[in-house]
Amino acid sequence: MAMSHLEVRNLSKRFGDFTALGDISLDIAEGEFVCFLGPSGCGKTTLLRAIAGLDPQSSGTIRQKGRDVSALPPAQRDFGIVFQSYALFPNLTVTDNVGYGLVSRRQARGAIAKRVNELLTLVGLPDAGPKYPAQLSGGQQQRVALARALATSPSLLLLDEPLSALDARVRLRLRHEIKALQRTLGVTTIMVTHDQEEALTMADRIVVMNQGAIDQVGTPQEIYRHPTTAFVADFVGSMNFLPGTLLAPDKVKVGGLTFDCPAQDGLALSQKVNLCIRPEDVRVRDLPAGIANRVPIEIADLDFVGAFCRALLKVRAAPDVTMTADFSSNLIRDLGVQLGSHLDVALPPDRLRVFAA
Amino acid sequence: MSLAAPAPRSVLRANLSRDDLMMRAGVVVLAGMLLLIVGLPLWALLAKGFEDREGRFIGLANYLSYFSTPALFDSALNSFEVAAAATLIVVPLAFLYAYALTRTVLPARWLFQGISLIPIFAPSLLPGLALVYLFGNQGFFKGMLGGPIYGFDGILIAQVFYCFPHATLILATALATADARLYEAADALGASKLRVFFTVTLPGAKYGLISAALVVFTLVITDFGIAKVIGGNFNVLATDVYKQVIGQQNFSMGAVVGMMLLAPAALAFVIDRVVQRKQVALLTARAVPLSPKPRLGRDAFFTAFCTVISFGILAILGMAAWGSLIKYWPYNLSLTLGNYQFANFDANGWDSYFNSLRMAAGAAIFGTVLMFVGAWLNEKTKGFGAVRGIVQFLAFLPMAVPGIVLGLGYIFFFNAPNNPLNFLYATMAILVINTVAHYYTVGHLTATTALKQIDPEFESVSASLKVPVWRTFARVTAPICLPAILDIAIYLFVNAMTTVSSVIFLYAPDTKLASVAAVNIEEAGATAAAAALCIVIVITSATVKALHILADRFLLGRLQAWRRR
Repeated sequence: MAMSHLEVRNLSKRFGDFTALGDISLDIAEGEFVCFLGPSGCGKTTLLRAIAGLDPQSSGTIRQKGRDVSALPPAQRDFGIVFQSYALFPNLTVTDNVGYGLVSRRQARGAIAKRVNELLTLVGLPDAGPKYPAQLSGGQQQRVALARALATSPSLLLLDEPLSALDARVRLRLRHEIKALQRTLGVTTIMVTHDQEEALTMADRIVVMNQGAIDQVGTPQEIYRHPTTAFVADFVGSMNFLPGTLLAPDKVKVGGLTFDCPAQDGLALSQKVNLCIRPEDVRVRDLPAGIANRVPIEIADLDFVGAFCRALLKVRAAPDVTMTADFSSNLIRDLGVQLGSHLDVALPPDRLRVFAA
Repeated sequence: MSLAAPAPRSVLRANLSRDDLMMRAGVVVLAGMLLLIVGLPLWALLAKGFEDREGRFIGLANYLSYFSTPALFDSALNSFEVAAAATLIVVPLAFLYAYALTRTVLPARWLFQGISLIPIFAPSLLPGLALVYLFGNQGFFKGMLGGPIYGFDGILIAQVFYCFPHATLILATALATADARLYEAADALGASKLRVFFTVTLPGAKYGLISAALVVFTLVITDFGIAKVIGGNFNVLATDVYKQVIGQQNFSMGAVVGMMLLAPAALAFVIDRVVQRKQVALLTARAVPLSPKPRLGRDAFFTAFCTVISFGILAILGMAAWGSLIKYWPYNLSLTLGNYQFANFDANGWDSYFNSLRMAAGAAIFGTVLMFVGAWLNEKTKGFGAVRGIVQFLAFLPMAVPGIVLGLGYIFFFNAPNNPLNFLYATMAILVINTVAHYYTVGHLTATTALKQIDPEFESVSASLKVPVWRTFARVTAPICLPAILDIAIYLFVNAMTTVSSVIFLYAPDTKLASVAAVNIEEAGATAAAAALCIVIVITSATVKALHILADRFLLGRLQAWRRR
């Protein structure tokens, strides 16, 4: 891994008896784009604000580029920040907003104007300078906020739910623009979000948080393919949870059926577990003879979602075991799938995850 | 990740930035100032009640003698009686008027609204003077009341005039925030108009009604000017304080009466705070604002009602204005400007008016700066809860303290020979300070509300850009809050022009104010000149308010182009 830009060690934040953050440790590499992902109240914004020094932690240390900044006020740290509300100064023009941090650095007026133009061009608003924030759309305001945060060339960019106040369409476009901008500038970036899709598409690494603790840190692929906790499995993407018992390290019994699964070493035999599979991993076509985990099912419900159908499958040997699976429109047509159809599916063992119930 | 035992943790003490230190120092200074101008004078008053004339501690002796002197205790009962009666009359009238303004289609609504505000621009003795002209010993309608106007009836009528705009403002605000969807739902369910009124309208205005009742009750019980002019032998608490202090020089008993006056006002204030806290936002972001549709019968009734009330207000004002222009009431009704030659009635002549202007301008400037910067410091300083709590308490205290009580506290505190601030006594400065303190709460609340409406992250952004917090205050926060800042300044100016109660103990011969001069002139029997001075005050404060409205509409529109989309 590249050199650490930020080292967070044993960070805790308490409000009275309530622990908002419990003993968080985390490293963020230089130039990395990291997302803090979790449901509301999981502590992700608290962690971001502690890193910025806006709401200092109760205990623990933060080092930025080797410098201990744990106790420093925000103005003595090195970061730029964009808030969900953008916090643009409504009575200043876009130019004055973007140049706000430059003016107090006593730079020459010409140099400031040049830098502001450069930044506005960078965020794709070269002509917005004389306008006031109220005259801009939400997406444009967001870009101005980004330009203002980047104006002083901070080595760390903090984004606190920057896209959640925008329309779905604008949000999609800005995801790519922010990511591209970050890649061009190479600035280490932390973004807080509760939107898993946003985290999956933008982040180099995702930090999944739950109840004031980090559940898992990994690349989007790792988080999606190999969730290490039931919470991560459930929170990121869709996941079927089939309650059962662990028969052998690599066998789980669900409703009278036995499934092969990757060998588990952290779980005790005959323990209650959940067998997990993502709806898109359920296999239907071209099942070879003797394939593992073959299950005859009945289609109990079929929801048209647009590009595909989400089917509710009832296991015929054990009708109270159900799971969802994503079927493409082609598949529905080719196999003539409809409500009540009987067919066989397979749950590929390498796609199965097992968590303690 | 290592599983080694966690190292023992020390609790982090975050360093304070220069901004943090500066703001904390500001909050400490603010707390100190409020302590000097609010806390300690009240403390001095409290202490005085337990001392004899020579300043020796005598425990509850003054209080015992107060309660065993029927003449004094009767005043308390009188005060309650007149306050309760005024509340019962003003609140329903103001409710109907506010309902007309907000829920019906009135012709010339702005005119009715403007007329209802007139009493705010007058010193409270103005309605008293007008009633003397109308119903006094030589009044036009002397026989109509069946008894003398001096006393309960006179005070009551004048108080209704004086308190009406305050109740109307509160109730109009309460009624203006209604969700049209509730009415549509009630209509769709087939509820009768009357049922809708009792199940939707009235509950929605409940807190406004309670608030208006408490405000009127407090205003009446603490007002001094009206009872002074038209009370006759009907003594109330506020005039008793004045008589004990100015008449009999019995400061200790004055302090005891002051405490009697403080108790109901403070109680009303506490009840109001508790009630307001229970109020949840009736108007959610998704509410649809209600805009009244024309309905002939209702609109005609309310137009007639508002016309009658407006006529009453204008009649009282007009009577005072006419009286001020008459040569010798009621024998020579020819017109003259002679009553405006104030030098013929009071040694200060017009100087007292210019003193008032200077005092009002001073209070508006210094008060607005102190209140706005103070509210900003208290809102934006991080941590430091204890000191900020003290500031909050001291900022709210003046609302619960009658002016005459605060004025008395000022005598005891600033006139004490061992007080190093004693040099302020009998200067213009102490009048300004006293007025700022007296009206601190409303200004502080206005500023706090305005500050709460702007994005809380401005300071965070500034810190991240390494811009000092005072720069963001000057360049962003204050300009955004300019309308609220102007509101505070005008509020202070108008109140400083009209106030009598607090400053009556504090003026020196060369710093006498117009409102106080009017009281003195009236005392000397020159009713017409007193009315003339009141009219000058009304014209001044109403003009300033009109300029404010014009500035708000035209100047601010140009200065604040950024508000436009």
